[in-house]
Amino acid sequence: MCVICGCNTEPDSGDTDGGERTSRVSHAPVATAGGDLHYGAGAAGVSVMGVSQARVIHMEADVLGENKRLANQNRAHFAAHGVRAFNLVSSPGSGKTTLLCASIKALDTRRPGLSLAVIEGDQQTSVDADRIRATGAPAIQVNTGRGCHLDAQMVGDAFARLDLHAAAHHGHSADSLLFIENVGNLVCPAMWDLGEDAKVVVLSVTEGEDKPLKYPDMFAAAMLMVINKIDLMPYVSFDVSRCIGYARRVNPGIEVLLVSATTGEGMDAWLDWLLAQPSTPGRRTATEAFGQRC
Amino acid sequence: MHEVSMAGGILRMVEEAAGREHFQRVSHLRLEIGALAGVEPQALRFALTAMMPCTCLEGGEITIDEIPGTARCLHCAASVEIQSYLEPCPRCGSFTLQATGGFEVRIVDLVVFDDPL
Repeated sequence: MCVICGCNTEPDSGDTDGGERTSRVSHAPVATAGGDLHYGAGAAGVSVMGVSQARVIHMEADVLGENKRLANQNRAHFAAHGVRAFNLVSSPGSGKTTLLCASIKALDTRRPGLSLAVIEGDQQTSVDADRIRATGAPAIQVNTGRGCHLDAQMVGDAFARLDLHAAAHHGHSADSLLFIENVGNLVCPAMWDLGEDAKVVVLSVTEGEDKPLKYPDMFAAAMLMVINKIDLMPYVSFDVSRCIGYARRVNPGIEVLLVSATTGEGMDAWLDWLLAQPSTPGRRTATEAFGQRC
Repeated sequence: MHEVSMAGGILRMVEEAAGREHFQRVSHLRLEIGALAGVEPQALRFALTAMMPCTCLEGGEITIDEIPGTARCLHCAASVEIQSYLEPCPRCGSFTLQATGGFEVRIVDLVVFDDPL
């Protein structure tokens, strides 16, 4: 039906471009049973030549489609370089950077020669990248300005500048780890696929066990929940089993590890988890396994 | 706050469509948001409305269709509709729902005009 006057002219199908369909409304008259032409059969009761005509463009387009395309490009790029990428997400202050620094040191002992690098996301400053570099690992800081999350383009741009990328191009590395520390924010980074193998949500015991219920999108998107700062458990009321129950209510398949990056407790299991992940591009996160999210 | 990024993405996609399809303005933009997309329809509308002046969306109307989430119960195997991740299975009552759909944020269609307002 014509959008302007409601006339019953059949829209001729327009050209399709990237799945779009355009319905052009031609304002042709309606032929009555007696063969007469009726130009005022529509809701407006009139059709005036030269008056603007509306058309409908059927886009059916994913708003995150461009990010998804770049994320898939990153994913293929990582796979081609033998890189397994982990996207660490959490609220600010959960201990992501401390966990990474401790992991880099522990990996150096456990798997000497393993290539790894870090992409650090923060709104401002290079404090976190400086902390990572102090461990000897390469790091690139990405400042998002006022942005609340990293997106696939930022990660692709940062990856291209890393030695991890260059080393693999020269055939030195077949197996390496890329940690992407997202902007500290338990909401927005859940929606952006960066091309990672898995999202890892870090929750510290000082934040409270109810976070999975309060910020369910993040826990639904994550493959693993690391409960960090467990050395502080004697000083806070944090019910571990309740926390895990809440996380599994949101995401029944989520894996859980208890870690203290400061004392080293639980670090072996965390390293086991990191090193056990196969670097196949087809690996899916819990939500991807069932939906088309990423 | 990520709704601002999404609104920017929507505006960019509409302007690209304007370049391809040679229209001047959009009188109606229809979006679809899944219940599990992590996007607040009100916030997205607010962000879009703030960006519309001086673009082809200026003066246009926005419709947002909210699509329910879907899930499968790992306990009783029922396929159910949900509005949030926090719901129990409406059939067996257990909290073992694995979300399967409702993650989409899509531009469905536009009503456009070839001449300026």
